[in-house]
Amino acid sequence: MNPWEKRAVPAFHLGLLLVAALVLIPFVWIIAAAFKSQISLLLGEVFFTPTLASFREVLFSRSTEFMSNTFNSLVVAAGSTLVILVAATLGGYAIERLGTPRWAVHTMLGWAVVFHMVPPITLVAAWFPLYREIGLDNTYLGLVLAHVAVHLPMALWLMTNFVRDVPIELEEAARIDGCSTPFLIWRIVVPLVAPGLAATAILMFIFSWNEFAVALNLTAKQTATIPVAIAKFAQGYEIKYGEMAATAALSLVPALAFLLFGQRYIVKGLTAGAVK
Amino acid sequence: MTAQGIQIDRKWRAIALTPAAVIFVAMSLLPVLNLMAMSVHEIKWVASHSVWSYVGFTHYRRLAEDELLQAGIGNTAIFAVVGVTIQVVLGFFLAWAVSRIRSGRTLYRTIFILPILVPGILIGAVWKLMLNFDFGLVNGAIGLLGLHPVDWLGTRAWALPSVILVDIWHWTPFCFLLLLAGFESLPQDVQEAARIDGADTWTELRYVLIPMMMPVIVVTFLFRFVTSLKVFDEIYLLTGGGPGSATEVLSYTIYRTFFTQDRMGYGSAMSIAVLFGISLLIVGSLAASRRYGARA
Repeated sequence: MNPWEKRAVPAFHLGLLLVAALVLIPFVWIIAAAFKSQISLLLGEVFFTPTLASFREVLFSRSTEFMSNTFNSLVVAAGSTLVILVAATLGGYAIERLGTPRWAVHTMLGWAVVFHMVPPITLVAAWFPLYREIGLDNTYLGLVLAHVAVHLPMALWLMTNFVRDVPIELEEAARIDGCSTPFLIWRIVVPLVAPGLAATAILMFIFSWNEFAVALNLTAKQTATIPVAIAKFAQGYEIKYGEMAATAALSLVPALAFLLFGQRYIVKGLTAGAVK
Repeated sequence: MTAQGIQIDRKWRAIALTPAAVIFVAMSLLPVLNLMAMSVHEIKWVASHSVWSYVGFTHYRRLAEDELLQAGIGNTAIFAVVGVTIQVVLGFFLAWAVSRIRSGRTLYRTIFILPILVPGILIGAVWKLMLNFDFGLVNGAIGLLGLHPVDWLGTRAWALPSVILVDIWHWTPFCFLLLLAGFESLPQDVQEAARIDGADTWTELRYVLIPMMMPVIVVTFLFRFVTSLKVFDEIYLLTGGGPGSATEVLSYTIYRTFFTQDRMGYGSAMSIAVLFGISLLIVGSLAASRRYGARA
């Protein structure tokens, strides 16, 4: 660090604190809005008496579906994450270490790149009529499969990269000792890629939890996830700002929990996914 | 790469590839083929079964005259170019600032990551409140400065800049994260050499850091550019494409045509056209990042 920069450090901190404030203000604002009464919210009061009315409405009122929305989100996020982890770990391993022909590798990874980047709505348009014909619309299975299809490409990409970092000597030694392929994957590769697997799992769970465009069009009342519920408050004749804010504030919980306990993995997954 | 001199386990290779391959075929390949078939038909639902009548390429011909689609393409292009350029520039300077300080790095990174991890629809909800004409924080703040309140999302002139602003808030953190990883992997000796030669901060930035970071900058820009063409959630809540077609974006046009107007044949043609166009962009971007970005 040159002397000028040493003097500039407080300026760096000042600038960064300012940006941090800009990032945090909307979150503080929505959480505050969730604790406001409808009147206080509509008046734009800065100082207000906090009330739990909106939360009570969202969590306990007779018309609320928040609990079932949460349950749906958990089922779909957990289910799709599980399927993705199995498919991506096995697929990544086969691509890297089992001598899969080049054309197959290129097809799979090319598919992964393209389908990671195309707008999901084009795929929903492709699924929707098929789902209706075979009765998969408005089912958990249908949404789980859709989330797997949307997010598996990135997971496959990530796991292929993580498997590449496993030292091949270990595998060779295990082979010479007479290890079978499934034993090798389960007892040697999986433990070694565990951090990468954790990174992938956290991201896939969050992505599914957050996903809206697919869930909006493939679910109905019984299977609607939390993002669909948030959007619903904004529609209709009268926008329910209080309930929207309370639901939005509650939907933040998993992201905050993962950020507190798994930040290392999140950073690893997000940077490896794009830069590698 | 395979274990040298060891028999490849063909049976397990097939088993290991099966799950991903099945999903690829069943959930991507077949639906896209079906989408192509739908795009040359007119489709009606009769008692929860679809009835198809062949119309040839009429849908595709009609795409060229669709004003909503043209607005969608135009707005998406502006949204992506303006939004992503600002995100990369801001992200670069943030990452640079964070890479220069010693204490507090993790704290800043934790805070900056937050917008990436929350539901897009939540970001729409938050900013719908923040930008509300009557009680939003933004109008409250400019009121303190003595300015008149603005109907950010309801006027043609302000709606697109407003959603671009929200997108900048949402995705600058992602650019920051990638560029910070880039800064952290730069070799230290070149920077030290520059300093020993007496380069000041500006010279170092201009002639050492920016050129060395170029591959990462290019990859970040292209990756964000292509992914920003997906935008849907925020638009859905903030403006619904309006007012008029001021914030109409590609995903929203498809959604509107296919799902709310129930024009499935025509909507399929639109989806195929968009899939094709964006795939071309992706291939172009990959070629470009291989050329200028190498393997960052």
